[in-house]
Amino acid sequence: MATQGTSIWSKHQIFEKHSYWLMLGILIVISIGGLVEIAPLFYLKSTIEKVEGMRPYTPLELAGRNIYVREGCYNCHSQMIRPLRDEVERYGHYSLAAESMYDHPFQWGSKRTGPDLARVGGKYSDLWQREHLHNPRAVVPASIMPSYPWLTQTRLDTKHLAADLKDLKLLGVPYTDAMIENVQEDLKAQSTTDGDTSGLDKRYPKAQARDFDGNPGELTEADALIAYLQMLGTLVDFKLYDNQANVR
Amino acid sequence: MSTIQDPIRTPAKAMRFGEAGLLVVFAAFAFFAIIVAAKAYTPAYAFHAYLFAAASIAAVFAIGNRYMARPAGPVPQVNADGKPNYNFDVVKFCTIAAVVWGIAGFLVGVIAALQLAFPVVNLDLPWISFGRLRPLHTSAVIFAFGGNVLIGTSFYVVQRTSHARLVGDLAPWFVVLGYNLFIVIAGTGYLLGITQGKEYAEPEWYADLFLTVVWVTYLLVFLGTILKRKEPHIYVANWFYLAFIITIAVLHLGNNASVPVSVFSPKSYILWSGVQDAMFQWWYGHNAVGFFLTAGFLALMYYFIPKRAERPVYSYRLSIVHFWALIFIYIWAGPHHLHYTALPDWAQTLGMTFSIILWMPSWGGMINGLMTLSGAWDKLRTDPIIRMMVVAVAFYGMSTFEGPMMSVKAVNSLSHYTEWTIGHVHSGALGWVAYISFGAIYCLVPWLWNKREMYSLKAVSWHFWVSTLGIVLYISSMWVAGILQGLMWRAYTQLGFLEYSFIESVEAMHPLYVIRALGGILFLSGALIMAWNIWKTITMPEAAAEQSLALAPAE
Repeated sequence: MATQGTSIWSKHQIFEKHSYWLMLGILIVISIGGLVEIAPLFYLKSTIEKVEGMRPYTPLELAGRNIYVREGCYNCHSQMIRPLRDEVERYGHYSLAAESMYDHPFQWGSKRTGPDLARVGGKYSDLWQREHLHNPRAVVPASIMPSYPWLTQTRLDTKHLAADLKDLKLLGVPYTDAMIENVQEDLKAQSTTDGDTSGLDKRYPKAQARDFDGNPGELTEADALIAYLQMLGTLVDFKLYDNQANVR
Repeated sequence: MSTIQDPIRTPAKAMRFGEAGLLVVFAAFAFFAIIVAAKAYTPAYAFHAYLFAAASIAAVFAIGNRYMARPAGPVPQVNADGKPNYNFDVVKFCTIAAVVWGIAGFLVGVIAALQLAFPVVNLDLPWISFGRLRPLHTSAVIFAFGGNVLIGTSFYVVQRTSHARLVGDLAPWFVVLGYNLFIVIAGTGYLLGITQGKEYAEPEWYADLFLTVVWVTYLLVFLGTILKRKEPHIYVANWFYLAFIITIAVLHLGNNASVPVSVFSPKSYILWSGVQDAMFQWWYGHNAVGFFLTAGFLALMYYFIPKRAERPVYSYRLSIVHFWALIFIYIWAGPHHLHYTALPDWAQTLGMTFSIILWMPSWGGMINGLMTLSGAWDKLRTDPIIRMMVVAVAFYGMSTFEGPMMSVKAVNSLSHYTEWTIGHVHSGALGWVAYISFGAIYCLVPWLWNKREMYSLKAVSWHFWVSTLGIVLYISSMWVAGILQGLMWRAYTQLGFLEYSFIESVEAMHPLYVIRALGGILFLSGALIMAWNIWKTITMPEAAAEQSLALAPAE
C-alpha cells in the first residue's frame, strides 16, 4: 500500500479514512449516469410528443387496467412492439411513446411467455376474450396461461373510482372535472347496451360501450378487464399518424 | 451515550431515551393502524393494517419485557476480556431468516416453474396464479433471502472490521425485524393482489414508506458503527456495503415515487408514466441487480473468501479501481432493458456502451476474488465451502460476460422477451448470489454459535454438487428455450410469411420448462441439505465439536 508520497493511491486514503467523504463520493458517482439518462426524457420532443387520438382511460378501462396490474399480467405479456420486421407483422405498428403517456405505471413488460398485447384491442371478440379468461385451454388448447374464473364472478368495486381519477389528475393526466363528476354515469353507459353514451363519447372519444362479459345484469371484473383489452392500441389512427412530426 | 459511570454506586434502573421513545411511537402507530384498518377500502388492506397494529403491539411488549429483564446501566461496549462486546444476536436472526426465506423462495420458484410446464398447477385459485406467484418468488429470493444475507453479514463484517459493537440499542433490532415485517407485508400483498405493477418494486406505497424508515435506520446503524471503528482504514467490504445501502435508498425513492389514492386505500399511482416511468424502472431494476445483487454480495466476497482462505485480498489497488469503476458504470446500464422500445435511441446506445464497459470492472473484481486464493488453491479440493465461494465468483464472471453480450442491440433483438433472459438472471442469482451467500452462511454459523466447524462438511459437498447440477440443468435449458423462442418468432417461410404462430413457440417450450423445473427441484434439495446441516451444527453438543477438532487435519 502506498502510504508514502503523493501518488493517487495515497490520495485515495481520504475515502478510506473518512466515512463522510466516502459517502459523498459514492453519492456523486452514482448520480451522474441517472441524471444524464433520465432528466432529458422530460424535455425531449420524441418522448413527450402529443399524438392525435390519445386520451385518458375511461373509468371502466382504468378499472380493467388495475385488474391487469393486480393479476400480474405484465409478468408474461409485453405491451411494447419493437420496430422489427417480424414484430410489426405479428402484432402491428410499432409502439409509440405517446401511447403509454397516461400509463401510471407503464406496462411495457420484459417477457413474452404469452404474446404482446399492445394492440390486442379488437383482434378477438368479447366472447373469445371471456372464454379465454375463464379457461384459456377452451379456445387455445396448448395455452399455458392460468385460468381466471373469478373475474366473471366478482362484482367490480367502483365505489372509489372517482378518487382514482382525481389522483391521476394530480399526476398530470388530463381528467376534467366533468370526467370526475360523471364516473358512475360513464361506468354505466360503457358497460350496458341500452345506456345513453353521448356523454361518454364526448368525454372519451372512441370509447367502446357494450356489455363485455355476457352478463348484462351485473358489472363484473371481467367487464372491466375485457373493456381494457379491447381498447389496447386502438386510439391512434396510423393512417393519419405522421412519424416525422416529432423529428427535429 | 454516556460512557462515564461511577463504578461504586449502582445506577438506578431507568428507561433509556430510545426505549421510552419507541414505546410511545409504537403505541401511537398501533392506534393509527387500527383506525386505518377500520376504515380500509378493501379487506386485504385492512388485513395489512391489522398486521402493522399487531406488530406494533408486539414491539411494545417486547421493549417492555426487555426493559424488565435487562440490567441497569448502559450496554457494555467491551467484554471483561477487553474484546468488543459484539452484537451478534441480530446476525444470528438474519442468518436463520435467510435460510428459511431462501427455502420458501426456492420452493415458490419451483411451483412457478411447474405452473409454466403444467398450467393445472395454478389450481384456478387467484392467490397462487402465476401472475401473483412470480413476484412472490422474485421478492422472496432477492429481498427476503438476499436481503437478510446482506443485512446479517454487513452487521457482522462492520463490527469485526471496525472492532466495535454495533451502534444503537434497539435500532439494530428495528432494522432486522422491521425489514422482515416488510417482507411479510410485501409477500402477502402479492397473494392478495396488492401490487404496484413494477417489476422487483411491486410493494405498494405504505410498504415502501415503511421500508424507507427501516432502510434509513439501517444506514445510520451501519455508518455509526464505522464512525466508532478502532482501525484507521475502512475495510474494502464496508465500501461495497455502504454503496449498496446508499444507492438502494436512492433507487427506491426514485422508482417508487407515487401518490396513494387515499390513506385508506392500498392503491397508489406512480408519479411517472410511459417512457419516463420505463426509464426510472430500469434505472432502478438494473441497479437492484448492480447494487443489491452485485455490490452487496461483492462485499461478502471481499470478507469471507480472504477469511476462509486465510489469505489477504489479492490486490488492494485493484479493489479501489474495482469499487469506483463498478459503481460509476453500473448506473448507466439500465437502458439495455429497453432496446428498440420507444426510449430514444441515444439512451439505448448509452446503456449498451456502458454495459459493455462494465465487463471490465466486473472481471477485475472477479480476478481480485479468484486470485485471493493464490497459494491456497489446494483448499478447492479439501474445503467444500471455499469451493462453493470460488464457483460463485466463477459464475459471477460468466454472468458478467453474458450480460454485456446480451446488451448488444443485435443480440438483444433476439434475446429480449425470451427465456434467455431468465437463464441469464438465474446463472447470476443461483450461481453467484446464492453460492456466495451459502458460502458465507457456512462460514458464519460455526463462528456465531461457537462451533469449530459445520456439523458435516460432507453434507456441504453434497449440497454443492446437487445444486450445481440443478443450476446446469436450469441455465442450459433456458438458453435453448430462449434462443429457440427468439428464432421461431422471427422465422419466415420461403414465401415471406411468418413461419410460426405464437402458440407454436409456447408448445416448443414444454420439455425445456420440465427440465428447468427439475433443475429448480435439485437446487431446492441442496438448500434443504444446508438447512439440515445448519440445524445439526447449532444443536450439536460442544463435545462433538471438540471431537471433530481432534480429527481435523492440521492446517
